[in-house]
Amino acid sequence: MSTAATTPDEELEPRPNRAQAAVGWVIDRPLIMLSVILVLLLIACEVYSPGYLSANRIGTILQFSAPLAFLAAGQTLVMLTAGIDLSVAATATAAAYIMAGQASRGTTVALLIALLVGLVVGLVNGIGVGVFRVNPLIMTLGMASIVAGYLTVSAQSFVTGVPLVPDFVRELAVGDLIGSFIPKSLLLWAPVAALILLGLRYSGYGRMLYAVGDNPIACRLAGVRVWQVLLLTYVLCSLLAAVGGVLYVGVINAADLQLVTPYLLPSVAAVVIGGTSIFGGVGGYSGTILGAIILVVLDSLLTLLDTSQAVKQIIYGSIILLLAWLYATSTKRV
Amino acid sequence: MTTVDEAGAVVGRKGLDWRRVVARHGWTIGVYVLLVLLIIGYIWALAPVTFTSFDLNTIAIGGLPLAFAAMAQSVIVISGGIDLSLGVMVAVINVLAASLMENKSFGIALLIAVGLMVVGVIMGTINGGLIVLTGVPDIVVTLAMSFVWGGVALLIMRTPGGGAPGDFQALGTGAFLSSWIPAGAVIIAIVLLAVWMPIRWRRPGFAIYGIGSERARAYLSGVNVSVTRVLAYSIGGFFAAMGGLAATATTGIGTPYAGNFITLNSVAAVVLGGVSLAGGKGGLVGPVAAAFCLILVPSIMVFQGIDPNYGQVIQGALIVIVVMIGGLVLLRERR
Repeated sequence: MSTAATTPDEELEPRPNRAQAAVGWVIDRPLIMLSVILVLLLIACEVYSPGYLSANRIGTILQFSAPLAFLAAGQTLVMLTAGIDLSVAATATAAAYIMAGQASRGTTVALLIALLVGLVVGLVNGIGVGVFRVNPLIMTLGMASIVAGYLTVSAQSFVTGVPLVPDFVRELAVGDLIGSFIPKSLLLWAPVAALILLGLRYSGYGRMLYAVGDNPIACRLAGVRVWQVLLLTYVLCSLLAAVGGVLYVGVINAADLQLVTPYLLPSVAAVVIGGTSIFGGVGGYSGTILGAIILVVLDSLLTLLDTSQAVKQIIYGSIILLLAWLYATSTKRV
Repeated sequence: MTTVDEAGAVVGRKGLDWRRVVARHGWTIGVYVLLVLLIIGYIWALAPVTFTSFDLNTIAIGGLPLAFAAMAQSVIVISGGIDLSLGVMVAVINVLAASLMENKSFGIALLIAVGLMVVGVIMGTINGGLIVLTGVPDIVVTLAMSFVWGGVALLIMRTPGGGAPGDFQALGTGAFLSSWIPAGAVIIAIVLLAVWMPIRWRRPGFAIYGIGSERARAYLSGVNVSVTRVLAYSIGGFFAAMGGLAATATTGIGTPYAGNFITLNSVAAVVLGGVSLAGGKGGLVGPVAAAFCLILVPSIMVFQGIDPNYGQVIQGALIVIVVMIGGLVLLRERR
């Protein structure tokens, strides 16, 4: 802790005492706070239903977190540019549904088609937001309704042969590695997460993402082609959403037209809980990962409580609000 | 022709300057033209069946709850906020009304309706209050609140049900004076004139527009920003309550799940109606027409024998294209 080291600047302000400094140190590191919340939630689960925590359970939690974490990964990138993507759930559903419908053509083709869906939606979103300067909320809202509507209309034509979830996808989504506590989806999730984390920190694109989110006008004046950054971001977001949808259909093992829809709001909530500012320029993927896991554990805790759907929803919303509030107050302090 | 005094304010006008009217209200006029075109499309799609007052009433009934939701969202967006829990609030009032009014007399139903308007204002105030108190962005707070209000709606009513007295339903479904004047449209006009206009052209209204366009300047001009933000959400809550009551009157039952559909479409109607999502610009008259436009598209589809789900596609495309055109117009104006 740096209470002892005083620079001339710090001397101007009243020196915080040790306890205050400790609190400040923790608040500066949102990951610690999030981890504490996660552990508290897990303890609550264990208290409520002894024997809840097991190696197996951790595997299950990760397994259910993976699809949400993919959706929220794209959402994180978009939110760093001060945007929002409300089409992730529709994109993920379309990718998953069409993949299952085309499974008879072979797993590779089906997966490529799923990614193609993401690519197309992302390109349209990116062109709308980046080139035509449409407000991201409206662009992606409109796109969500276009994708969902088109999928419903042409549901039949997307299905050739017997729709099914390919074994590969199923195995990837719910299979286990060593023991039973490491799900196979980590094989996909961990490298992608590492790529995003490192990419945001070290790649030119990653730095640009923060810069564009922080001050797009300054970026433009500095010669950054903002529209290219935005286009790439929305494409990446939709691709990640498509992967999330594929993983989710693997977990559920049946595709329908509303498959991923309930994950839309949690994908935004996970990013917000994870400390990424909705105004752009602040945050990162590490918080989002914890945010997604927290939401999954919270959901399972609420299931354990065995209350009605109504009460569950009320508690869920209140806790999201509470966590967001904690963030707002803690960042204001700094 | 307008004369301008030293301070640059318009002091009086001789006759109507049409160019000024078009420049100021061009978007709203455009939306009404679109609405008329869509109604013509509806008449054309209906052929060979002739368009009667019944069809006009059908359109009015179908769009009524969304029109109120669009008004609610407009006030909030003009103040620089956004409420993603709006549709769910409409659903809460809808199920409350349907469960309380079942088998009641008309008089009691009206009393309940007034009570529920107060409930709506309270719900809106809670949303706005939480936003101001927590300092969390509007979109996040209302997103979380959409879960909470959604839970409340489910607590009140788990499955669609309830009812309302026939006379009360007539307020939404009936006609006024002539069968060509839907009662719902009259109620919208009354609410706009009697509730919104007095607020709009007095201090609170100017404050709402002020904090929406330039929050810091509004603050420096002595506007109490926090109170005005909450006020916008409270007014939004009132309109949301009207939307919920309209849903009860037009459908005769309460539906706890209808919320998110209304939220998304209210945002769409606001944008289509010429309200800037950045705040401070637009009015309530445009979004009302936009709400009816959004409802008309799927109905035209049905009459054409096209899968109504294409309506969703066209709604989405309509919103995106209109906003793109709006953006291009703005770009040209700036040059």
